[in-house]
Formats: sequence, structure tokens, C-alpha cells
Amino acid sequence: MSETRRETLPLLNSNDVVLARQKVRQWATELKFTLVDQTKLVTAASELARNTLDHGKGGSMTIEQLAAGVRVGLRLTFEDRGPGIPDIALALKDGFTTGSGMGLGLGGSKRLVNEFSIDSAPGQGTRVTVTRWK
Amino acid sequence: MERIPVLRMGSLLLITIQVDMHDKLALQLQDDVTNRIAEWGSRGVLIDISSLEIVDSFIGRMLANIAAMSRVLGAETVVVGMQPAVAITLVELGMSLPGVRTALSVEAGMELLYGAGAGFRTGSEDERDEA
Amino acid sequence: MTDLAEIISRNEEQIRAEWTRDMSKTVQRGDLISKTELNEQSGALLKAVVAGMQSSGAADVRSAGWTQARELLEDISASRARQGFTPTEVATFVLSLKHPLFAAIRRDPGKNQDKLFETLWAATELLDGLALVTTEAYSATREQLVQRQQQELLELSTPVVKLWDGILALPIIGTLDSARTQVVMENLLQTVVSTNSKFAIIDITGVPTVDTMVAQHLLKTITAARLMGAECIISGVRPQIAQTIVHLGINLEDVMTRANLADAFGLALDISGRTVVRKANVAGPSRGILAGPLNRQES
Repeated sequence: MSETRRETLPLLNSNDVVLARQKVRQWATELKFTLVDQTKLVTAASELARNTLDHGKGGSMTIEQLAAGVRVGLRLTFEDRGPGIPDIALALKDGFTTGSGMGLGLGGSKRLVNEFSIDSAPGQGTRVTVTRWK
Repeated sequence: MERIPVLRMGSLLLITIQVDMHDKLALQLQDDVTNRIAEWGSRGVLIDISSLEIVDSFIGRMLANIAAMSRVLGAETVVVGMQPAVAITLVELGMSLPGVRTALSVEAGMELLYGAGAGFRTGSEDERDEA
Repeated sequence: MTDLAEIISRNEEQIRAEWTRDMSKTVQRGDLISKTELNEQSGALLKAVVAGMQSSGAADVRSAGWTQARELLEDISASRARQGFTPTEVATFVLSLKHPLFAAIRRDPGKNQDKLFETLWAATELLDGLALVTTEAYSATREQLVQRQQQELLELSTPVVKLWDGILALPIIGTLDSARTQVVMENLLQTVVSTNSKFAIIDITGVPTVDTMVAQHLLKTITAARLMGAECIISGVRPQIAQTIVHLGINLEDVMTRANLADAFGLALDISGRTVVRKANVAGPSRGILAGPLNRQES
């Protein structure tokens, strides 16, 4: 049976992004992820939180502890009600940027986690879910 | 407002980043560095990131920007002390930090900028004229 | 089924005595656990079982009321796993409770057949459930143990060696799989920092094959080292590996390579502005064994 511990944080300003990073770091440390795995997950969280704020015009991050048998994992879900992403495949390509020169960092974040899923359409907001197993 | 201090050692600017930076702080740093180079005529910029446990694409771009802007103003930048976990993550993220020179330590960074035995020579005015 | 709970509490001493006696007949392991400790554990478990029964009944040992009993069993099981008990020995701890328990049920007066069946069934369900908890905890602990040993083995098998001031060598022996490569590479980068070494020579003389995955890991490590301010040199590339690399289309243009470790070491010294010099005008072996009294005639 899997138990889930979960918490949701708002992502409404750049300080929230810092807090989100620290929260992910804290949970990953408690679960005793290796240092490299922690760094990858926190960095991915930072990228995605920033996206939620900058492109999604603000939203939230939900962090969840997963247990599947003996495996332990952390799942992060980033949601916003922003403009959405018209071409997901394009957005996932490395080096994709929107005018201001700020890359979406989606493709890169995908490589930092074990599971990655994205749900988005123009006018319908965006939800990105990533999971890292210990 | 809190700021990341920019220290001056002769023609060298020394910046140690120890806090988990939020975006405004990072942009403020970019500003400060360029202003100081112009003000003091600095030739070298050394950024110590040995305390940074996370470098995401935003921070990475900040470092690349500082290096590029400094070069336009006549100064060279070296980033030192990158932690292994950070380096591994940056590679996975696909960030190569173009135009950013790196070194293992502050000493190595200074050596890169000023040559061997650099520790004792950065205060001289001659440096600027020579170069 | 508080009936069962009452039966257990009323007969606790006797059940426990028979239980430990039965256990010592089948599985003693006096080498691993003392009689006193066994007695204590049995007593504690019986009490926890009574408590569980009274709060949640026998049907679901995973429910909240059974937490104490479960945790107790998990602890016992985990510690037995670490000590080296076999799975059978650990499960027997719980299962050998059946006989004394059934005996106590039978002794209990005033039961018709149906009631007897119900009570026996409840007892069976209960003990089977507990035995499963025990076995799962045992498995989980063994797995953890194995993982930790694997990790230690990985770290020990590829030591990073300091060749000279600022120059490290990583001689890799054996096949590289994804997991091993990652551990090895992290270790290398960490050592680069702790020894402040600008050069890391990765010697793959002892690596029989390199596939795309391994090559990519190597390349990532080299890139990461460069990002940190250090340079990697790959040495010991054998002809077959060179061919594989080209066939796989792996781009090594940016990477320094040398045929053997000695050459790579020479390169590192060279780049860091150092050279090896023979000492001059020193008495001793460098003068040659013939440069003694016999030679004076010629000089």
C-alpha cells in the first residue's frame, strides 16, 4: 500500500521560487536521496517553478512523497492557468526560447527526472508533473 | 535591499555568491558588476560559486551574461569553485556556459587571469598599462 | 473476536512457555539470539497481539490498531535479517505460535463446533497475516543490505589515484555499466575538487568494450570536469575501442586522448608547464657502474 504525504506551495513571485526549491531540497534530504539526485531534482524544480511564474503568470507547486513497494520517490506537479503552450514538441526541444531570451527549460528538466508528463493547450493553462525515484 | 557584495582587489573584482538567489538579486548583481567595472576600470572578475548548491538555467545565463558584458567593458571573467553535483546537473540540463572560463579555486582563477604567482600582484597599476 | 483476545490474555504465560519451547525444538540459533531475548520478544509480541485484537479484531492486521504489533514484528524481522537468519527461521518465529494458540482455544470451555471453528479460523487468519508482515519486512531488509553492499563494492573497485601535484589518474578495470560509470565519475569529480587537481587521466586499458551509453557517460564526465575548471585525458584506448567509437559516431574531437597512461601523464605535465629533468653531477648510480677506479685510465 502506498502512503502519500503532500504539500502545495504558491508560485506567485520570485521569492516563492526560492521557497519551492528549498522545500524540494528539504524533502529530498529527508528521504535520503543522493546528493547528485537531489541537485538534479531541485534544479528541475527551479526551472519548472520559474516557468510557472514567468510564462504561466503564477500558479502552484504540489510536492508528494511516493512509495511503491520498496521504492521511494518524490513527485512534483506544477500548475498554472496561464496562456498554455501551443506547440509542446517544439517547447521540449533544446534551445527553444520565447522572445525575451529566456528558455523554457522544459527539455533540460526532462533529462533531470525519471518521469515527465506535460498537459497544456492554448488558453487552458499548463500542468507539468515530474517524478524522481530514489 | 540586500545585495551580493562586489569586492575590489586592485584591478580584480571578487564576488562570492553564498545565498540562494532570487531573480531580482541576480539581476542586481549583473548591474552592479558592470557599473563597478566602468567605475574602477577593473580588468578581472572572479565569481566564487563554491557555496552554490543549485545552478539552474537562469543563474547559468546570469553568469554567461556577466562574462559577456564584462568582456565588452574590457574585463575577463572566471567562475570558480563549481560543485561536482552542479556540474553534472548543468551537463544534463544541456547548459555549456559559453564564454565563461572556469577554475577549481580562487587561487587557480587568479592564476588564470594574472599568471603564476598572481596572488601578490593584483594591486599594481602597472597591470593595467601592461595589458 | 474479543473472544480470541480473552483466550490469549487468560493463557498468556502458558502460551508463551509452549511457544518458546516449541521454537527451541525446531529452530534454536543460540549462536545468534539468547533465550532471554527470545522470551522477551515473544512476551512483547503476545501483548501486542492482544492489544491489536482488542482494538481491531483479527481480520486485518494492516489496520491501525495493529500498528504496534506490526512495528514490533518488523523490527524483530529486520534485525534477524541483518543477523543472518534464514527466511524460514524468521517466519517460524510467528508460525510456531499456532500450536500453543490452538491448544489454548481447545482447552477453553463451553464451545460448540461452530464457535470453535470460528475462533480457530480467526486465529489462523491472524497468524498468517502476521507471518506475511514478517516475511515482507525480512525481504525489504535483505534488499537494503544488498544494495548497500553493491554501492560499497562499486566505490571500492575504482580508486582515484594521485599521480602528481594536480594530476589524478582513474584506472578503470572491467566492464562499465551505467550504474558503475555514474558512481565512478561522481567519485572522480569529487576527488578533483578535494585535491584541487586540474588534470584527470581516465585510463580505459582494462575496459574490454565501450558502448554508446558508456561513451556518453564518459563524455558527460569530461564536460562536467571542464565546467568545473579541470581537464580530462583519456588513455589506454585500444584499437578495437577506437573502431567502436568511430562506428558509433561518437565525437571525440574536443577530447585529449593518448595511447597509454604514461603518455597521458607526460601530456599533463607538459600542459601544466612542467618537465622531468635528469639530475646532473651527482655521485652514485647515474654515473654508471663503470665510472669507478678502472675508468680513470681512459678519462
